[in-house]
Amino acid sequence: MPISMQLPDYLVDRDPNRCITCKVCVNQCANDVHHWDKDVDSVIAEEEKCVNCHRCVIYCPTHALKIRRNPTEYKENHYWNSSTIRGIDRQAEGGGVLLTGMGTDKPIPIYWDRLFLNASQVTNPSIDPLREPMEIRTYLGSKPDNVIIKDGKLIKELPPQLVLDAPIMFGALSFGAISLSAVKSLAKAATDCGVMWNTGEGGLHRDVYEYGKNCIVQVASGRFGVDAEYLNAGSAIEIKIGQGAKPGIGGHLPGEKVGEEVSKTRMIPVGSDAISPAPHHDIYSIEDLRQLIYALKEATRYTKPVSVKVSAVHNVAAIASGIVRAGADIVAIDGVRGGTGAAPLRTRDSVGIPAELALAAVDSRLRQEGIRNQASLVIAGGIRNSSDIVKAIALGADACYIGTAALITMGCRMCQTCYTGKCNWGICTQDPKLVKRLNPEIGAQRLTNLIHAWSHEIKELLGGMGINALESLRGNRLMLRGVGLSETEYRILGILPAGE
Amino acid sequence: MTMTIDAKGVYYKELNHNLRNHLDKGVKEILVQNVNGQRYIGDGVTGSQRLILEGTPGNDMAAFMDGLEIVVKGNGQDGTGNTMNQGRIIVHGHTGDTTGYAMRGGEIFIRDYVGYRVGIHMKEYKEKIPAIVIGGTAGDFLGEYMAGGIVVVLGIGLKEREDIVGDYCGTGMHGGIMYIRGQIPEYNLGKEVKIVEMTDEDKALVRGYVERYVTYFGGNVKSILSKPFNKLIPYNKRPYGNLYTSW
Ligand code: SF4
Ligand code: SF4
Repeated sequence: MPISMQLPDYLVDRDPNRCITCKVCVNQCANDVHHWDKDVDSVIAEEEKCVNCHRCVIYCPTHALKIRRNPTEYKENHYWNSSTIRGIDRQAEGGGVLLTGMGTDKPIPIYWDRLFLNASQVTNPSIDPLREPMEIRTYLGSKPDNVIIKDGKLIKELPPQLVLDAPIMFGALSFGAISLSAVKSLAKAATDCGVMWNTGEGGLHRDVYEYGKNCIVQVASGRFGVDAEYLNAGSAIEIKIGQGAKPGIGGHLPGEKVGEEVSKTRMIPVGSDAISPAPHHDIYSIEDLRQLIYALKEATRYTKPVSVKVSAVHNVAAIASGIVRAGADIVAIDGVRGGTGAAPLRTRDSVGIPAELALAAVDSRLRQEGIRNQASLVIAGGIRNSSDIVKAIALGADACYIGTAALITMGCRMCQTCYTGKCNWGICTQDPKLVKRLNPEIGAQRLTNLIHAWSHEIKELLGGMGINALESLRGNRLMLRGVGLSETEYRILGILPAGE
Repeated sequence: MTMTIDAKGVYYKELNHNLRNHLDKGVKEILVQNVNGQRYIGDGVTGSQRLILEGTPGNDMAAFMDGLEIVVKGNGQDGTGNTMNQGRIIVHGHTGDTTGYAMRGGEIFIRDYVGYRVGIHMKEYKEKIPAIVIGGTAGDFLGEYMAGGIVVVLGIGLKEREDIVGDYCGTGMHGGIMYIRGQIPEYNLGKEVKIVEMTDEDKALVRGYVERYVTYFGGNVKSILSKPFNKLIPYNKRPYGNLYTSW
């Protein structure tokens, strides 16, 4: 047998008429694909190593490079297709758990695309957001059962709330998984846009404490970087129980990614694996969850909302109800398409359920139980654009987390090899040479552009429906119609088919 | 001047609110009497003051605590010193499960035994090394996932055929040290840890902790040290380094 049965996934096409042997590609590719061969005075490629990240393609000054999927195909077979064979080959050679990055790439039904928004025609006027005020400010936190107003003043004190200028937040991306440049970009953009960013479980680096006001600090099972100062540095605290890309399992940040700065922020020795156990070992029940929620509230003197983030799993509605009853102010639900820096392939692709169904189920359940006001609902896991957000809000969400979309904004090309630590775009890496490639000022500017653009689109869509405040859309499923869904799906989503 | 507060029948929220208020105002030492299950005492509190608790504090005592000294004249419960950052806890009794979970600094001295998963995921960074000293025995999963820090188990008063630690001791451990007095049955050890020789430095370190233990709870340093200690360390910093194959 040959040493390897595997063919390169991608082919590197170099147009010799265009290539000026400037060697930019050689310097840009952290995967060491391109080499300059001085004997033949040309650049050659070791295609096995290419991950199709487009770094060289974009930096090639003469557009001499193209990356193509390897067109070689196995004998046609729907069941034993190339990706199935490839998985077996890799494990036959490597013997390990298949590890991948980013969210699942499987063709899971995309419910967002089966949902259609309403618009006003004749019977009520639509609103033009360019000329009329449009309210998309969002308050996240527990709302009281009633308010008491006396002499125009609110008598009853409201529980602490997060104020967002748009219903969009950057989801948990930990320092360690992503670079400090990426963290700074997110932190600055969130601050500039009046929204929130989330530390993920990797602690808060000293350089970004100044962005604490717009930060949600996460407490995960590994408790990395968690101390009283950290808990008080953000405006909210999130207990991470699970994430959409890998429900039910913990995390291993490989030792290679634990350099001086990550070590300091996570408080573990340089070069150690940063291991997050699968569960929090002080949480084996809803009662235990309540204990941690209140330990955090006590430690921060009841000044900050506490969020609990879970992956969307089969019993998510009942779990969410338990979370609300445990005293959480925000419930965050991460669907099966959620991204990650590293996850076992089989878990990523086959554990959990789509965010859309989970969201509808949770919102319905909390309403039925009369506790929907006690917590805000944040949805995550594959939000791609502003219309996904508007649909999510109509299904019952208060706000959305975006992760993958934010990474793409910073330059990510979805090569799905974040776990190697060699991200050529300076995002998912700790290699100083690569980290430098992402300029936090530019990263922040691009993210700010995205949030502003989406905010405007959200207003346009609202205006079209004749709604001038996002609050009037929350859980307003009459604004949605579906196409091509089963009866059960309509029931779970709580919407009518188009035409009805 | 020690201030005295009676916790009898006081709900935890009110008790902790009062305690924080007094500590904020600069009270140096507070004696809390009749503590009976109130949770979260000392959570997230920063400073160098001292609390003396008479009775049984509830779960998550001193969670995220940053600097105080808490003396418990009684038993601690689950989650004592959970994710504590700095300070000292001295328990004149036993404590429950996950004592010192993810501790980052400071010390916990427990006179008697402790529950399951004690010292799980303790960490350390440079000279900031947390320590847990246990006078009696420890339950299963002691030091699970430990990434740093020191755990000392003395096994004082160990009965015949009684194990000093439970099963899976040090499982998933990838940093830190455990010092265990006397023999550790092989079947109790997690597969990520090994027993190594005590160096002079280790011996001096252990002596220091034993002396402190005796100062707090009484006993005899010499007789405690007469039984040799075993040192447990992880095989490596990256127990799962070879687990994966790239997709
Ligand atoms: S890995 Fe990226 S930079 Fe390297 S050759 Fe492939 S596309 Fe180009
Ligand atoms: S973050 Fe970097 S490594 Fe990860 S998918 Fe994007 S470009 Fe690839």
